[in-house]
Amino acid sequence: MTGCCRPETLEDALSILSRQGAQVLAGGTDWMVKHGQQGPHGGPVLYIAELAELRQIAVHGGEIHIGAACTLTELLESPLVPDCLKQPLAQMASPAIRNIATIGGNLCNASPAADALPMLSAMDAMLSLRSHKAEERLPAEDFLLAPGKPRLAQGQLLVEIHVPLSPKWDCVYRKVGLRRANSLSKVSFCALSDKKAGYVQDVRIAFGAVAPRVVRSREAEKRILSSGHPLTDDQIQAIAAEYGKLLKPIDDARSSRAYRREVSLRLLKWYLREGMNA
Amino acid sequence: MDETISFVLNGKPASLRTDPLRRLLDILREDFALTGTKEGCGQGECGACAVLLDGQLVNSCLVPAIAVSGKQVLTIEGFRATPRYALLRACFEQAGAVQCGFCTPGMLMAAEALLRRNPAPTQDEIRTALSGNLCRCTGYAAILKAVETAAKEGMER
Ligand SMILES: Cc1cc2nc3c(=O)[nH]c(=O)nc-3n(C[C@H](O)[C@H](O)[C@H](O)COP(=O)(O)OP(=O)(O)OC[C@H]3O[C@@H](n4cnc5c(N)ncnc54)[C@H](O)[C@@H]3O)c2cc1C
Ligand code: FES
Ligand code: FES
Repeated sequence: MTGCCRPETLEDALSILSRQGAQVLAGGTDWMVKHGQQGPHGGPVLYIAELAELRQIAVHGGEIHIGAACTLTELLESPLVPDCLKQPLAQMASPAIRNIATIGGNLCNASPAADALPMLSAMDAMLSLRSHKAEERLPAEDFLLAPGKPRLAQGQLLVEIHVPLSPKWDCVYRKVGLRRANSLSKVSFCALSDKKAGYVQDVRIAFGAVAPRVVRSREAEKRILSSGHPLTDDQIQAIAAEYGKLLKPIDDARSSRAYRREVSLRLLKWYLREGMNA
Repeated sequence: MDETISFVLNGKPASLRTDPLRRLLDILREDFALTGTKEGCGQGECGACAVLLDGQLVNSCLVPAIAVSGKQVLTIEGFRATPRYALLRACFEQAGAVQCGFCTPGMLMAAEALLRRNPAPTQDEIRTALSGNLCRCTGYAAILKAVETAAKEGMER
């Protein structure tokens, strides 16, 4: 295969990938910015955006299964997709980009600032990866190995994202960017709580863009739950200090290390003081 | 390696042999001389290159030829032949929403993508719909006003 190849089925795509390496092209909103104007493109390209198998959204046994090539707009328009997940998607890029950008592309591009992964991690989503021979499921949280490096082996495609539909989370999502449209996150903050009779039964917290990987801590979440209700200021400080150790923000063109850390911890403290109990 | 790409361009069948990874923007401007579609940033940030692909707003600088195959493309030149274009044009003129005009084709395509689906949008919906289109001249108030007026007048017709 040279140039660009447009398989008819997922099987064909996987068998092409198994026989020879190829660059995967989905919506192209990351890919075209990187490669679009360069003329001759190094190596063959496999176009997967229109594979029917990767474009389904369906409920299976308590989970919603989202095809990796569904566009952000398709997810935002689907009544099946939980609102918690729609919140980050609705704030990504602009309408024209959401119309072609795929959720799978957002994950596989593996930017620490990508906006879909923190919420998926908080929701305990699983990713289904396939190669010609095998299928594998792994937690969304473990997908990013390092900036630009997704946990995808040679010949593997991300095919589906599986998101548990219960509990019905109350969710808070905050994206801090330069402006509302077309700006990548300086920081993003996801917090989910499950309340019964006004008491928080379960809580999940994830931070994006402040470390090479999504920051989530099971220990800190347990500590929040076991600290009583409402949390005292001392407890809030202690929990913030625990998260503070996990944040590894960087200085870059979009923001500074100090700003990212400060904003992340303020969002956390606000959530523990007020947001969680609202 | 070049491939034959066939699609419908402004209502008429079109076909060409080209690199399947070539940008739709370049195909429109260079092969079809449709220069109403502008290149601002070439990176998806400004919306000057916006066209409709199967009725959906896209930035043609990010769309490779292969993604156009078998689909319908509407550019500002095709949109010009419609009543809503005439209405939007009048409203943009009245509101003083055009200075250099570089962003205008993209703004009009974004407005059309909105009004097709949502003929009576709120101010917030208009802002969201135009959020991917940058204008370096007018400030945005006049443009938002123009689209708002067009929506109102469109509903009254
Ligand atoms: C102006 C602009 C604004 C943006 N704003 C945001 C924003 O606010 N938040 C944000 O998170 N992102 C943003 N993005 C980035 C981008 O739009 C998203 O990451 C998008 O979801 C990528 O999806 P795609 O289908 O376009 O991916 P592509 O560009 O097609 O692919 C991206 C990468 O993933 C690989 N890939 C794609 N699908 C698969 C698969 N199924 N299996 C294996 N590998 C695969 C490709 O090989 C490639 O390396 C923005 C981009 C632009 C240009
Ligand atoms: S030129 Fe395409 S978005 Fe700017
Ligand atoms: S009128 Fe000049 S860029 Fe908008």
